Amino acid sequence: MNAHDEDRIKQLLQQSLPPVDPAAEPSRDLWPAVLRRLDAEPARSATAPGLLRQNWFDWALLAGLVVFATSFPATIPVFLYYL
Amino acid sequence: MPERSDNVLDRFRQGDLDAFESLFREHQRSVYGWILRIVRDPAAAEDLTVETFWRIHRAHDRFESARPFEPWARRIATRAALDWLRARRTESGLTDQDVADLPSNSAPDPGIAAEIRLKTARAFGRLPPGLRVAAMLAVVEEQPHKEVAAALGISVGAVKLRVFRAIRLLRKDLLEQGITP
Repeated sequence: MNAHDEDRIKQLLQQSLPPVDPAAEPSRDLWPAVLRRLDAEPARSATAPGLLRQNWFDWALLAGLVVFATSFPATIPVFLYYL
Repeated sequence: MPERSDNVLDRFRQGDLDAFESLFREHQRSVYGWILRIVRDPAAAEDLTVETFWRIHRAHDRFESARPFEPWARRIATRAALDWLRARRTESGLTDQDVADLPSNSAPDPGIAAEIRLKTARAFGRLPPGLRVAAMLAVVEEQPHKEVAAALGISVGAVKLRVFRAIRLLRKDLLEQGITP
């Protein structure tokens, strides 16, 4: 594809999808909808990412423990003793 | 930035709802306009503006009040719009009505047949969302590459690469439909 082809496709694209009017505005006040959304999902939003991070860490810790126990099986009784 | 605005940003960071509303009133139009440029569907752009401000509120404690609000909000808006495009990817592409309904500031060129314009719009709708957004903002909306890069959280070089790949894929799709650009 040469520069001429690229320019032609860009021009075609601009004709097919004309730029949006910069003065376009929402048809209604969206603040009530934002408030409804905040009321509906405040708790989930605050806790979900934290839970995800905690789960990821737990699984990584468990995987590390399994790898360690497989590599050094003699340490399993020692671990069990301290649990 | 005026001192009052800094104060509003500080209060927003602390979770003050009035400060959040002030920021919403100040930026909702630009956020809506930015999303509309990406999704090109006024009703979806309104829903995504609500979604964006909900995400903004959720992330208030991660906002750095020394930095400007607008680019941060734009980045969250771009992510929300991309999520929407990805979720909608399995659905059919743009229709004649979608293209005709969009608030635009320019009339189509009568020299290019309506059918070719529609086929081009549909082919564009089949591009991967990441490429589509970069091309839409940089080529169609003629936004500076630096702003597009900031909104997408990638480098200017990556924006140029995405635009190039989008144009190449679009050309291939059009050729397959018998349209020689």
